[in-house]
Amino acid sequence: MNTAQLTKRGQTMSFSVHEGVLELALNRAPCNEIGSLSLEELESFSAALQDLEPQLHAVIIHSERKSGFCAGADLRELYDRSQAMEKKAAIRGVREFLERIHRVLNAIDASALTTIAAVQGVTFGGGLELALACDLIIADKTARFAFPELRLGLIPGFGGIPRLKRDVGNAVIRDLLLTGRSFNATKAQQIGLASQVVAEGEALRAARATAAQVGKFDRLTSAAAKQFIKAIPYDELKKEIDIFCELFERPAVQAGLKKFVESTNPQPYLP
Amino acid sequence: MPTTENTLDEILNLAAIHFKVPREKLSPDEDFFKALGIDSLQTLDLLTKLENHFHVELPDYELQGVSDFRTLASKIQSRL
Repeated sequence: MNTAQLTKRGQTMSFSVHEGVLELALNRAPCNEIGSLSLEELESFSAALQDLEPQLHAVIIHSERKSGFCAGADLRELYDRSQAMEKKAAIRGVREFLERIHRVLNAIDASALTTIAAVQGVTFGGGLELALACDLIIADKTARFAFPELRLGLIPGFGGIPRLKRDVGNAVIRDLLLTGRSFNATKAQQIGLASQVVAEGEALRAARATAAQVGKFDRLTSAAAKQFIKAIPYDELKKEIDIFCELFERPAVQAGLKKFVESTNPQPYLP
Repeated sequence: MPTTENTLDEILNLAAIHFKVPREKLSPDEDFFKALGIDSLQTLDLLTKLENHFHVELPDYELQGVSDFRTLASKIQSRL
C-alpha cells in the first residue's frame, strides 16, 4: 500500500497517513459512541495498521468532535439490540462484540509503533479503554475521564481494568471504579494516566510533535523497549469478557440500560 | 480565602463567559441547567472549567441534585 496517498473515510471515523504517522480521527455524533458500525470501521483501521506498520513510526488516535474523545460504548444500540433478541442470543451478541473490540484494542496495544491518544472532553468507559490501549495519552485541559459502568451493574468491558492496573495505582483504580466518578486532565497526569496536559484544543498538535520526536529513533529499538514496559495482560482481558457476560445476564443490567437510555437528566452518567 | 459570595460571583462570571450568556441574566438561585441551556456533555465541561478555575476536585456524586449556582458555590467553597 502506498502510504503517501492513503486516506480512508468511513461514516464514524477516518484515517490517513502523514509523514510516517497513521492518524485515526473519530467523528460520530454526539461523542463517538462505539456501536457496530464504529466497530467495523475500527477493524478496518486495525487491518490497515498491521499492513502499514513497516512504513510507519507512530499512530495518533484523536477525535474531531469538540464534545470529547469518546463517550464509550453505544448504550442505546446495546439496549435496543438486547430488547429485540431472545436473552441467550443477546448475550452471544454481546460476547461477539466484546471479542471483536478486544482484538482491535489488543492489536493497537501490541503494535510495534508508538501509539498516542490525543484526548479532549469526555473520555469515558470504552473511550478511556481505547486511550489506555495506546502508549501515551496526551490530554487537553477539557479532558474528563471516568469508568461509569458500575452504574449499569457492569464492569468495563473493553479491557479497562486490566489495562488501568498496568498503568496506575490500585487505590486510584478503586476510587475510579467503585464511585464511577469522573476526573480532569490535571488529576489524570498526577496519577500517571496522562503523560502530557496541554491547553484546550492543543492535544493533536502536541501528539504530532511527540510523534515527530519518536520518529527520530530507530524503530526496532523503540519496539524492543516497548516489550519491557507494556506487557499485555491477555489472561485478565479474557477473564474480563467472561465476567462482563455473566453480569450482563442479570435483570438489573437491563433496568440500568433502560434508565440510562430513557433519562433526560443532565447528569445521566450518574446512578 | 474567598467568601462564598466571592466564589458565587466568580462562578456566575465564568458561566456567563464560557456559555456566552449575559452575566446580568444569571441569578444565584436560578437552575443553571436551564439558565445556560446545557446538556449532559456541557455539564461535564462546566464541571471541568470550575475545577480548573478554582483548583479543586469536585466528585460528580457530590453535585448530584445540585442545580442552582448558590448551592454549587457552597460545594466549591467546602473544597477550597
